[in-house]
Amino acid sequence: MSRDPASGDALLVLADATVFEGEAVGAYPAGGLVTGELVFNTVMSGYQEVITDPSYAGQIVAFTYPHIGNYGVAPADGESSRPHCRGIVVRDLVARRSNWRSVEDLGTYLARHGVPGITGVDTRRLTRHVREAGSMGAAFGPVPEAALLAAARAEPGTDGRDLVAGVTTTAPYRCGQGPFKVVAYDFGVKWSMLSHLASLATVDVVPASTPADEVLARQPDGVFLSNGPGDPAALGYAVDAISALLGKVAVFGICMGHQLLATALGASTFKLAFGHHGGNHPVRRLATGTVEITSHNHSYAVAEDSLGGTAISHVDLNDGVVEGIRAPGQRAFGVQYHPEAGPGPHDAWYLFEEFRALMAGTADVGGGGGRA
Amino acid sequence: MGVEGVPRRADISSIMVIGSGPIVIGQACEFDYSGTQACRVLAAEGYRVVLANSNPATIMTDPGLASATYVEPLDADVLAAIVERERPDAVLATLGGQTALNLAMSLVQRGVLERYGVELIGASAEAIGTAENRERFKMAMTGIGLSVPDSGFAHSLDEAMAVGDKVGFPLIIRPSFILGGAGTGIASDPNELRRLAAMGLATSPISEILVEHSIAGWKEYELEVMRDRADNCVVVCSIENLDPMGVHTGDSITVAPAQTLSDFEYQQMRDAAFACIRRIGVETGGSNIQFAIDPVDGRMVVIEMNPRVSRSSALASKATGFPIAKIAARLAVGYTLDEITNDITGQTPACFEPTIDYVVTKVPRWAFEKFPGMPEVLGTRMQSVGEAMAIGRTFPESLQKALRSLDHGRWGLNCDPGEAVFDALDDEELVRRAAVATPDRPYQLEAALRRGVSIERLAGVTRVDPWFLDQIGQVSAERTRLAAAAGGGANGRGPGALGRRDWRRAKRLGFSDAQLAWLLGGSEEDVGAARLGAGVRATFKAVDTCGAEFAASTPYHYSTYEDEDEVEPSGRPRVVILGSGPNRIGQGIEFDYCCVHASFALREAGYQTVMVNCNPETVSTDYDISDRLYLEPLTGEDVANICRAEEAASIGDGSVVGVIVGLGGQTPLKLAGRLPRHLVLGTSPDSIDLAEDRQRWSELCSRLGIPQPAGGTARNLAEALAVVEGIGYPALVRPSYVLGGRAMEIVYDDQGLARAMAELSTFGATARAGVAATMPTSAVPGSLGREGGLSAERPVLVDRFLEDAIEVDVDAVRDATGEVVIGGVMEHVEEAGVHSGDSACVLPPPTLASSIIEVIEAHTRAIAAALDVRGPLNIQYAVKADQVFVIEANPRASRTVPFVSKATGVPLAKVAARVMVGATLAQLRDEGLLRPPVTGGHVSVKEAVLPFNRFPDVDSLLGPEMRSTGEVMGIDTTFGLAFAKSQMAAGSRLPESGSVFMSLAGRDKTGGVAVARRFVELGFTIAATAGTAAVFEDSGVPVGTVVAKVGELSTGEDAAGASPAAPAGGGVDAVELIASGKVTLVVNTPRGHGPRADGAHIRAAASRYGVPCLTTLAAARAAAAGMADWTVHHLAVRPLQDFHRVDQLRLPL
Repeated sequence: MSRDPASGDALLVLADATVFEGEAVGAYPAGGLVTGELVFNTVMSGYQEVITDPSYAGQIVAFTYPHIGNYGVAPADGESSRPHCRGIVVRDLVARRSNWRSVEDLGTYLARHGVPGITGVDTRRLTRHVREAGSMGAAFGPVPEAALLAAARAEPGTDGRDLVAGVTTTAPYRCGQGPFKVVAYDFGVKWSMLSHLASLATVDVVPASTPADEVLARQPDGVFLSNGPGDPAALGYAVDAISALLGKVAVFGICMGHQLLATALGASTFKLAFGHHGGNHPVRRLATGTVEITSHNHSYAVAEDSLGGTAISHVDLNDGVVEGIRAPGQRAFGVQYHPEAGPGPHDAWYLFEEFRALMAGTADVGGGGGRA
Repeated sequence: MGVEGVPRRADISSIMVIGSGPIVIGQACEFDYSGTQACRVLAAEGYRVVLANSNPATIMTDPGLASATYVEPLDADVLAAIVERERPDAVLATLGGQTALNLAMSLVQRGVLERYGVELIGASAEAIGTAENRERFKMAMTGIGLSVPDSGFAHSLDEAMAVGDKVGFPLIIRPSFILGGAGTGIASDPNELRRLAAMGLATSPISEILVEHSIAGWKEYELEVMRDRADNCVVVCSIENLDPMGVHTGDSITVAPAQTLSDFEYQQMRDAAFACIRRIGVETGGSNIQFAIDPVDGRMVVIEMNPRVSRSSALASKATGFPIAKIAARLAVGYTLDEITNDITGQTPACFEPTIDYVVTKVPRWAFEKFPGMPEVLGTRMQSVGEAMAIGRTFPESLQKALRSLDHGRWGLNCDPGEAVFDALDDEELVRRAAVATPDRPYQLEAALRRGVSIERLAGVTRVDPWFLDQIGQVSAERTRLAAAAGGGANGRGPGALGRRDWRRAKRLGFSDAQLAWLLGGSEEDVGAARLGAGVRATFKAVDTCGAEFAASTPYHYSTYEDEDEVEPSGRPRVVILGSGPNRIGQGIEFDYCCVHASFALREAGYQTVMVNCNPETVSTDYDISDRLYLEPLTGEDVANICRAEEAASIGDGSVVGVIVGLGGQTPLKLAGRLPRHLVLGTSPDSIDLAEDRQRWSELCSRLGIPQPAGGTARNLAEALAVVEGIGYPALVRPSYVLGGRAMEIVYDDQGLARAMAELSTFGATARAGVAATMPTSAVPGSLGREGGLSAERPVLVDRFLEDAIEVDVDAVRDATGEVVIGGVMEHVEEAGVHSGDSACVLPPPTLASSIIEVIEAHTRAIAAALDVRGPLNIQYAVKADQVFVIEANPRASRTVPFVSKATGVPLAKVAARVMVGATLAQLRDEGLLRPPVTGGHVSVKEAVLPFNRFPDVDSLLGPEMRSTGEVMGIDTTFGLAFAKSQMAAGSRLPESGSVFMSLAGRDKTGGVAVARRFVELGFTIAATAGTAAVFEDSGVPVGTVVAKVGELSTGEDAAGASPAAPAGGGVDAVELIASGKVTLVVNTPRGHGPRADGAHIRAAASRYGVPCLTTLAAARAAAAGMADWTVHHLAVRPLQDFHRVDQLRLPL
C-alpha cells in the first residue's frame, strides 16, 4: 500500500522499498523529490564540511548524530563554495544555532542553496539497514511513496559514472605562497586540502582533464591529486595523465587521488558495501606501528591483492582496508583517508610535511614498513 | 590487533590496587566501578591482585575479586604495612580517585615504594605531581602554548591578598590536591577573598591555593582522553556542561557529546587535550581535561586535568560504551590500545573514538533538605550526593528522562504538581530566581520560556547557552501545543483528542505518560492506553560506540520513540533486577552491591539477568555485569516498557521469570504495586505494605506478642499531644513513608512537640520552590512522591523514645519453606535515637547477652513468618533493661547486607536473590552457596562517614535524621582495635597522646567518669567544662584544664552556648583551646533536654581544626577501648581472605 504523506510530512524510500517517515526541510526541486545514492556519515560535528565536500556529489547523506545544525554555518568552515550532496537525512534539524562563529542557521543555508532535507527520521534504523543491505539508491520528499520508490530504483548509482566532471574547476587558478610549486588536480578538491598545500607551496589548481604535459609545463615540484566523487574506474583520462607524471615529479594523492594513483600504478579498485564515512576510523601507520584517528569519506577502495610492487603504508584497523600506499621508485604516495581533516582529527597532518620533504628531496616516500 | 603472544608486562606479577574508601561528596561509587573493572581485568591477565579499600559496601572488596583484600583504613601508615606484608611489584592508584592518588604520592614521598622496589604504574609520581600541583600545572600548560586563566599561588593569607590585587576580582580560590572542589569559592571583594583563602589554605593538604581570575559564565567542557605507552591517544567522549563555569562540574547538568562546538573548535580542543596529556606525562590510562570557552569570541583556556579516571570517566564510559577503567588497567600493564578489542562490537579495536547517535544527560541530585541552614545555591564547591543519567535520541528527551530518574518528586521539566510553585511568581521574580544557580534552575528556565521570556534574556542572566534554552523551549512549546490540541484539564477532550503524530512528537520530547495525564486529564493508565491505541510505543535502541556502523554484540539499551526495536530474542529464562537509582543519603552503593550480587548469583544459576538502573556511577550499570542492561529511569512506565519489550523478545522456552524489586532500596520497592502481580518476585506487595502501614504493623506485633515502643499517629498537634499523654516523653516524631530518617526528631516536652509538629505541617504545604511536596500520593499510583513530603493521608508517627536503649539491626533471609537464616545481629555503638545509618555498629554484638540475642532471633523468625517473607528482611530492635522492642521491619535488602557479608563471609545478597526466584535455603546449602558464618576470631565495626566538612555551617551532631554519605569497616581481633580502625578509616584517627576535651550532658557525667579515667590511664590529660570537671574531680579523675562554661549561664547545660561569646568567669575558651592544637580528641555529648544547638560551636571548631570529635558517650567508651588495645597491639593488617578462611567466593568474569 503506497503512503501519501500528510502536509509537511515527507517520506524517504530506498531502492529496496524500505520506507522512513519524516518532515520536509530545506528547498526541494520542482517535482518535490530528490534522488541519490544514500550513504551515512558518523561524525558528531562537522556537518557543514560534509555538506560542502564535493566528494558527496551524487549522494544523499544521512547523519547518524541526531541533532544537526547546532552551531549553524560559518563561512570559514566550508570545504567548497556550495553544498554538493543531493540532500540530507537527519533525526533533528536544529532550528536555532548557537556559536560565536556562525552567521546562518543550517536550515536557512540549505534553503538558500536549494538543498532538500528530511528531518525526524529514525536515522539509526536507516544506518543499520544500509550497514546490512549496502549503499543503494534512495529518494525522499513530500510526495507519494510510489513515486519515491520508482525514483529510487531509477537512481543510477555511482558505478562507472564520471561525477568529477560536474565538480572540477573549469579553469586553472592559483592559491598559496609557499616556497614550492605544486600543481593540484581538482577532482572535487576540498578547501582544507588547498589550505594545507598553500602553506607549503604556490598551488596551481587545474581541471581534472588537464593532460600531463600541461602540468609538467608548469614545472611543479610536486603534483597533488585531490579527493573527488564517484567511481575512480570512470576516470581513465586522469589515470593516463598520472601514469605520464609518475617518476617525473613528486606525487601525493588523497582519497580519489589515492585511488587514481593506485590505478596508475597498476592496481584496481572496488566498491565497499557501505563505505567509510566518519571521523573516527583507526588507521595503523605501518612505518611506526602507531595508530591515528582519521577522517574518512570513501565508497571505493584499492584492492590489496592488486597492488603488486606498491607498498602498503596505512591500514584501517576496523576492516583491514588499504588506507595508504607508497611507490618509492616513483616518489609517489597516497592515502585513502583525509589527513587534511575538515571535518575530523588532525592526527595525520604530518603527511603534508612528508609531501614537503619529498618535494625538497630530503626524504623519499619510504616503503610500507620503512621510515617515512 | 590481537597480537599473538602476550603483550602484557611479564616483569611484574603482583599489583596493589588502591580504592577510594567511603562514599563522600565528590567521590562516590564511580570508583567502585573503575576499581572493580581493574581488579577483574588484572586478575584475568593472571596477576596477583592486592586490594586496599576501607569501604565494605563495594563490589571491589568482594574477596573473590582479589587475591588479598585489605578492608583496612586508607591511611599511608596502613598502606605501608600492606606493602611490607604483600611486597607487590607495582601499585596502581589511578583508578581509586583523588584518595588513591594522594595516598600513592604519600607512599612515594615517604620512600615506601622505593624501599620495597614497588613501581607506580598508570601515572608516575612526576606526572601526578605536575597535574595536581596547580603552580606546576600552570607552568606546564603555558609552556606548551595553552592558555590558563590569570592567576597566582599563595601559601599564606598575605600572599593571597597580594595575588588578588594583581589578578583582579572576581577571583576563584582553588586549593591544591583536593577533591570535588572542597575549599573552593568565588570571591568578589577582599573580605570574601580573606575568608575563602583561609578556608582554602586549611583544606589543601599542602597549604597551597591558586588565586585565579574567575571566568564564571564561560562555557565549560571536558574531554575524556586515553593514552597508551606507544603514544596512541584517543578522545573517548566530549562533555558539555549546561551550567556555565562557576558551578562545579559535579553539580552541573552535563551533556554528551558536546553540543555547541563546531568541528573547527572541537578539533582544537582535542589537539590541546593531547598536548596536555603528553606534557603532563600520563603514560598510560585515562585522564580528564577541563576547558572553558568564552562564548563571545571562542577563547579557550585549560582549567584542570585529572591524571586518573574520574566521575566523568565513569559517565563517559556509560555514555559511550567504552570501558575506560577496564582499558586503563590493561594499558597500565603494557597493552596498547590497538591490542585491545572493543567489547561492544567484538571485532573492532579499542583504539578508536566512539561516535554516538543519541544524547546523554546527567543531572545531579542534592540533599539540601538534610542540612537545614545551608543555602541551596550551587557554586564551585560540589554539594550533590548523587546523579542520574539518561539517554535519549534528542537532548529534550534525555533531559526529561534524567529529571524523572532523579526520583525526587518531579516527572520531567513540567506537567506535574511541582510546576505550580512558579505560578505565583511574576516574570521578574522568576527570572531573578533563575539567575542564581540552584537545583531548581532547569524548571525555572522552562517556566520562564513557557511564559514567553526571551532566550536572549535568560541566556544573559544565567549564561546558559541559548542552544540549551531553545531545546528546553521546545518542551514548553509542545506542552502548550498539546494543551491546546486536547483542550486541557478536566474540561478538555483528554487523551482521546491526540493523534499518532501528537503522541509521537510528545514522547520524542521525553514526556512521560504521567506528565501527559497531568496535562490532558485522565489517569496515567488512560494515557498509556490511548497512546498505544494510536500505535506509539517505546522502542529500545542499543549503545554501540559506533553509531550503528558495526554490529554490536553487547545488549546495552535505552528507550526512545522510533521505528525499530533492537532487543534480541531470547530463549532463556530472564530475571529483571531493578537497581536503586541515583545515590542519595540513605540509599547508596549498598543497594547497588545487592543488585550486582543478585545478577552474579542468578547468572550462575542459569538465568539471564536484565539490569535496570539510571545511576552512571555504579557497577550495576557496567554492561559486563548482567546479560542485558537498560539505562532507564526507575518509574512505573519505564519499567513496564522494559517488561513488555522483554516479554515480546521471548522465543522458545524463553520467558520473563519476574522482577526483583527488593534489592535496590526504597525506589524499586515502591514500584512493586505498578507491576503485574505475577512478575513481582520475592515478598508480596501486600506484605511490603503490611510492614509499612503503621496500623497493620502494630496489630501484627501485638498478635505476635512482640513489644513495640508505645505510640500512635497524629494529624495535628492536638492529636499528637493526646498520643503523648498516653506514652510520655521523650517522644520520637517522624513522618510516615520516609527514608533515611527524613525529618525525624526527638522531643522532650510539649514545647518541643509543638515545634516539631509545626515544622512537619509546613513541610508539605510550603515546600521549597521547585519541588513538589504537595502532590497527593494518589496522583501517582505506587509513587510516594518526594520523600519526606506529607499530607493528610500521611499522618505523623509519634512513639515513645527509649532513652539509653541499645539499638540492634538484624539481616535475615527466609525461603518459601519457612526456613530463616540469620545473616547477622549487629549492635549499634550509638544508642537508639541516632539513625542506624549514622551509627557505628558491631558484629558480633559485644555487649548483648546470648539470651537477648536468642530473643532477637526468635522475634525475627516470627516476624519473617508473619510477613511471609520470601527473600531478605531487615529488622531494627531497641534493647532497654533486657527487654527487646521491635522498632521496624523492612522486607527488603538493607544497607548493612554488604557489611554482614564482609564480616561473616556469607554471600547474603546472593542467597536472597536465589530465594526470591524460588530456591530453598536447603538447596543453597547443598550447592555450597550458603555457608555458616565465620565468626569468633574477629570483630567487625561499621562506621558512618558524614559530610560535615562540605557543610561547614551545619552542626555535626548525630540525630534520628540520617546524614552520612558512606561507610567504612574496621576489622580486627578485638572490638577496640576494630573500632579504632573504623575511626581511622572514617578520617578521624584516634590520638595516641595529648589532651582529651570532654564536655558532657548532665545525664552522661557520671558515666563519663570511667571513660575519663581510662583516658588518664592511657596517658592523656583531661580538659573539661566546669560541670563535667567537677564531677570528674569529685570521683578522683584529675582535670588539667577547666574550660569556661559559657552555656551554663543561659541553659543550665554544661555544654557551651550557641554563640562563642566571651567566657564567663574566666578560664580557657573552648574554641580557642581546640584551635590551639593541644586537644587531640573532643568528647561532646549534648543530647538531653537542652536545645540542640548546645555545643554546636565546639563541634564546629573540632571539625574546622580536624580534631576527632565524638558526640556520644558510647563512642567515647569504644574509643577508649580502641586506644587501649592500640597501645598493646599496634597496627596489624590482614586480608579479608584470612579472616574468612574459607573458599573464595566465586564471581563470573
